[in-house]
Amino acid sequence: MREVAIVAFGQTPNRRKELHRNDAEMVAPVVAELLKGAGLSRRDVDFTCSGSSDFLAGYSFSWVMAIDALGAWPPIQESHVEGEAAWALYEAWVKMLFMDEIEVALVYGFGRQSMTSPRDVMVLMNDPYLETPLWPDAISQAALQARALLDAGLCTERDFAEIAVRNLRHAEGNPLAQLSGRPDPDELLKAPTIASPLRKHDCPPITDGACAVLLAAGDRARALCRRPAWIRGLAHRIDVQALGRRDLTHSVSARLAAEAAGAIGTPIDIAELHAPFTPQDWILQRELGIAKRTIVNPSGGIHQGNPMMATGLVRFGEVAARIIRGEADRGVAHATQGPCLQQNMVCVLEAE
Amino acid sequence: MQLNDHGESLCGQHVLQYPYRRATGPILGRFFTEIRDNGRFLGIKTSSGSVLCPPVEVDPDTLEDLSVDDLQEVGPAGCVTSWTWLSEPRPGNPVQRPFAWALIKLDGADSALLHAVDAGSESVMRTGMRVIPRFADERNGGIRDIACFVPED
Amino acid sequence: MAETRKPVTTIKTPVAIHYNYSIGAGQSAFMRAIREGRILGVRCPDTGKVYVPPRLTSVETASPMTELVELPDRGVVYTYCIVNIKFYDQVLDIPYAYGYIVLDGADSAIMHLIQECPVEEMRPGMRVKAVWKDPKEWTESLENIRYFKPTGEPDLPIEQIMNEIRKKSYA
Repeated sequence: MREVAIVAFGQTPNRRKELHRNDAEMVAPVVAELLKGAGLSRRDVDFTCSGSSDFLAGYSFSWVMAIDALGAWPPIQESHVEGEAAWALYEAWVKMLFMDEIEVALVYGFGRQSMTSPRDVMVLMNDPYLETPLWPDAISQAALQARALLDAGLCTERDFAEIAVRNLRHAEGNPLAQLSGRPDPDELLKAPTIASPLRKHDCPPITDGACAVLLAAGDRARALCRRPAWIRGLAHRIDVQALGRRDLTHSVSARLAAEAAGAIGTPIDIAELHAPFTPQDWILQRELGIAKRTIVNPSGGIHQGNPMMATGLVRFGEVAARIIRGEADRGVAHATQGPCLQQNMVCVLEAE
Repeated sequence: MQLNDHGESLCGQHVLQYPYRRATGPILGRFFTEIRDNGRFLGIKTSSGSVLCPPVEVDPDTLEDLSVDDLQEVGPAGCVTSWTWLSEPRPGNPVQRPFAWALIKLDGADSALLHAVDAGSESVMRTGMRVIPRFADERNGGIRDIACFVPED
Repeated sequence: MAETRKPVTTIKTPVAIHYNYSIGAGQSAFMRAIREGRILGVRCPDTGKVYVPPRLTSVETASPMTELVELPDRGVVYTYCIVNIKFYDQVLDIPYAYGYIVLDGADSAIMHLIQECPVEEMRPGMRVKAVWKDPKEWTESLENIRYFKPTGEPDLPIEQIMNEIRKKSYA
């Protein structure tokens, strides 16, 4: 089987609101800089795949307009997933495993949450018969999961706050971070709840942004990058949709994806977890078997920024960038979509 | 004249509306009909012997189609398996004052239903508490025929 | 009891999502100009093609585009559609026509209504010009142009349109 690696990663700064550019205009410079950095022209890209959501973008076929930003004429070989862009990376990876003519692939994702109310738009991910007509917002659903953890005696609200503190502290080293700092967990816990037991620090920021990742196969990857981040395992699994049929203290799909990707029982230097809410970070650490020595979310995780539909792909990029720079040898990237960690993807990335 | 991105983008109010009308299929159709006409809840018995409410069309273990003959009455009372207090209701929520979202396992069911609990105060809420449905004055078929749940006593 | 009601077979689940939609740099330049009755395009530095409305990146070469070009409010109908069906929120009486209009000097089309022309006389190659609203009513909207109407000038021959479409590749 072919080896495939991430050879480059780029993203926009994470902003509460992108004041100047639309989706296509946000994507264009990220892609241009990524290709320039790798010494490639857009004609060197054999396959392009993107991830986004029309419900978030506010118009149908929003990805078509984003493709225009790539100079995609004459027509290029491309595809799109209506969802988190990490799944676009998965599609590109599978294609590269089996199609020798694809040596270089471009994957990107974008989302502008500032144009609408993301916690309400995300209701559309739910059962349209039984749940969506009630409009249970995303924060409330995550709070049901948080309560299940507290009721089971597995963790405390302070544990949630400390996850936020860890992310914010790590984000201090990230020049593109939207939020960062060194808050006192006791102070955070004095804030009112939004949906009990969740407070503002437990929730993701609202972010506009885009990111892009360059994949390359075999020797092409070695030629493009001194130290490629090789994809050693990549898998995704999904739980049932209905919250009332799941044990919310666990994420079976995350555990199975981690096992299939070979993430369990392997020494891991860094892990980037796509946990939109702090209790989900706690669940993922357990399901992915994250060891004490592993640095979790060195980028600042979700608090660094949440350019929804690109947030998961950013996790891949952040792990890969650290391997490429020689700061880590082996890392785990995780991405999720759906309410309360419904669907999970886990990737093991490693230096040569 | 130069094109650049130095100026602030123009913005406009924009509403996307989708007038979805969905076929219920036989199982959810019966579930909603019983709520509308009789204020009764139905769960569905699967091959493993568990009763799922809300009911599903396909047996999760065998992937065989389930039928309306597998439906059986559950509830109407039940207990809260998890909950959250929402201090500011969102547009479209069933209760328009501070209320709880809850997962509610109706008596006789093995899975939980998501709905609102109009408890008046967060201090009333606890996992395991008993709740009963309050039905909408006008019932037209659908989950909103349940106005909300309320504490049993 | 309402036991005689028909069993539930469908449910209505309407959805409304609200946006404060942000149109970005290229379209903002276009809308700010049309607020003053001007139509702007942008020229690709590699191909020389002019795109309306302006965009930051060339569709064909991905190069940044910065040179804004003011365009006349007249051009050629490249293709058109006659609307013969009624739909929710329809403003105009059917039948009516709208078309892809390539303004003189542009290489991409804008879509607009074509009126003051019986629908049976609609044809590709017809020369049209904009009919504007009263300037007092102008806003940041393409609706400042009420519609396009025939100029009465000779048509562009169909062979020339087909050639230009091939050449433009993005008409």
